[in-house]
Amino acid sequence: MVDIRDDLKLIAEMVEPNSRVLDVGCGDGALLDYLSHAKNVDGRGIELSMDGVRQCVAHGLSVIQGDAETDLKDYPADAFDYVILGQTLQAMRQPRDVLQMMCRIGRRAIVSVPNFGYWRVRLQLLLTGRMPVTEKLGYQWWETPNIHFCTLRDFVVLTEEMGITIEQTRILDHAGRVTSHAHSGFANLLGEQGVFLLKRNGG
Amino acid sequence: MSAPPTAQQPPMVTPAVADSPLMPGKRVRLAVDRPMRLDSGVEIGGFQIAYQTYGTLNADKSNAIFICHALTGDHFVVEKHPVTGKPGWWEMLVGPGKPVDTDRYFVICSNVLGGCLGSTGPKDIDPATGQPYGLSFPVVTIGDMVRAQKLLVEHLGIEKLFCVIGGSMGGMQVLQWAVAYPDSVFAAVPIATAARHSAQNIAFHEVGRQAIMADPNWRGGNYLLEGTKPEAGLAVARMAAHITYLSEAALHRKFGRNLQDRKAVTYGFDADFQVESYLRYQGAAFVERFDANSYLYITRAMDYFDLAADAGGTLANAFRPGGRTTPVRFCLASFSSDWLFPTAESRAIVHALNAVAANVSFVEIETDKGHDAFLLDEPEFHQVIHGFLEGCAEHRGLSARRRAR
Repeated sequence: MVDIRDDLKLIAEMVEPNSRVLDVGCGDGALLDYLSHAKNVDGRGIELSMDGVRQCVAHGLSVIQGDAETDLKDYPADAFDYVILGQTLQAMRQPRDVLQMMCRIGRRAIVSVPNFGYWRVRLQLLLTGRMPVTEKLGYQWWETPNIHFCTLRDFVVLTEEMGITIEQTRILDHAGRVTSHAHSGFANLLGEQGVFLLKRNGG
Repeated sequence: MSAPPTAQQPPMVTPAVADSPLMPGKRVRLAVDRPMRLDSGVEIGGFQIAYQTYGTLNADKSNAIFICHALTGDHFVVEKHPVTGKPGWWEMLVGPGKPVDTDRYFVICSNVLGGCLGSTGPKDIDPATGQPYGLSFPVVTIGDMVRAQKLLVEHLGIEKLFCVIGGSMGGMQVLQWAVAYPDSVFAAVPIATAARHSAQNIAFHEVGRQAIMADPNWRGGNYLLEGTKPEAGLAVARMAAHITYLSEAALHRKFGRNLQDRKAVTYGFDADFQVESYLRYQGAAFVERFDANSYLYITRAMDYFDLAADAGGTLANAFRPGGRTTPVRFCLASFSSDWLFPTAESRAIVHALNAVAANVSFVEIETDKGHDAFLLDEPEFHQVIHGFLEGCAEHRGLSARRRAR
């Protein structure tokens, strides 16, 4: 079996076998490939880069070249069992709209976000007075594609405001280990990223 | 030199193709017992379709790929052309070990209805009058072409095609196949195409048609009877069309402002520039192999194509047969410098397919070669087609072909 990133593994664990999955920003298709072989899912992807799409399609994956912010709106409600967004919500121009669309076209959404409340990030800003640059967020402020950072607490608050239920939570530390299965102030400090299984209320 | 005919059944050569007894390939008469109704309402029966096959049909007839050719293409996909002597038009993509692997798949391609390389068209003899049809040939549509292809596929005993693939007008036919016969197509690959012909494209076609009709040798379409040939008009039509198949960058790269066999301009209207000479050559070569009336009919078929209009104005409805999501797996490709069938046209199809949550892949290939890129050496494009077909073959249960390397 192919090996995939830690946060992708956690995402994969949240997916029921034989389900329909849309991976938004699927990159080279590693997660889709893993899911279709390990869980027999009917997988689709959207990817911005031509290289990514070409690699995916060349590996037999159903992927379209497109932009989540413009291309998600076409899908009908509940078209998928899961809509996945790995590590890219912070790069969206309208992250709230994207989240809304994901929860509309999927019965569930799975989102992983880097935590801007992670202690190393807080400490860097506090001690150096400069925008944090970490191993996982290795961009200078003027070059980063990540334009909408949030802390895990920010993310949880947004879901509450939007009427989205968090069904499962995984908080990962620097080494990619799960340190918590629930959100807390502590997790918001020690977690470097969070993975959330979401469901819209009343859906 | 023509290759000997490879037809399994004796070719039914009739007066209609009396001018091509040496033409290789296979021929069949279709709709003999029951005439086929065209979109115009006219019925035609016993028409001839010329086709070619490559590779071997497997025991359960599940490995057939139908190739749809473009406006001026034909069924000689991977063999020396019997008229021009040039290599097959899609040898880049089709053949042993190629993405459309003829060692693995049974590949079929037929000359479209209304064409002029063996399938019944305006240059053939109307049995009712004993004279060439000319403009009395019924107007055919993309839908009619595909209807005829379906009859051919049934004649070959194939219930469900593994894949239908084609570029440009061929891509329109692919879309039409998927929409008209969703349960007879497992996978569809429409390339560099659109769900409807745009106003600009209709306009270019009209220029070509007017050039033909303005040629005094066209004789109101009766040139065959009157022993003339509207070569100048057809050549101009081809020249205008040829420009639309290229990109500004490709033209510039190929010719720039280079002069043709001279050191300075001649202050006249000779072909001073290489690009002029090239276009004149393209026009002259084209009239050798193409019938002017056929050109009128086939361009008209493209103009009339509009899948959304046929589906009540909403393209997505075309992919919702009987209220369910189309079972066909799609792979669309467009080319970044194609301004005849720009990426936006492919994207519109993708959006419609997304609206019914169909299984679709789509990629825009970065190239400066324009619309013609689908016929050329574009490795990334070929990788995509190869990967898509491999994935589909796995889902279709076609055993992977193991090649010793």
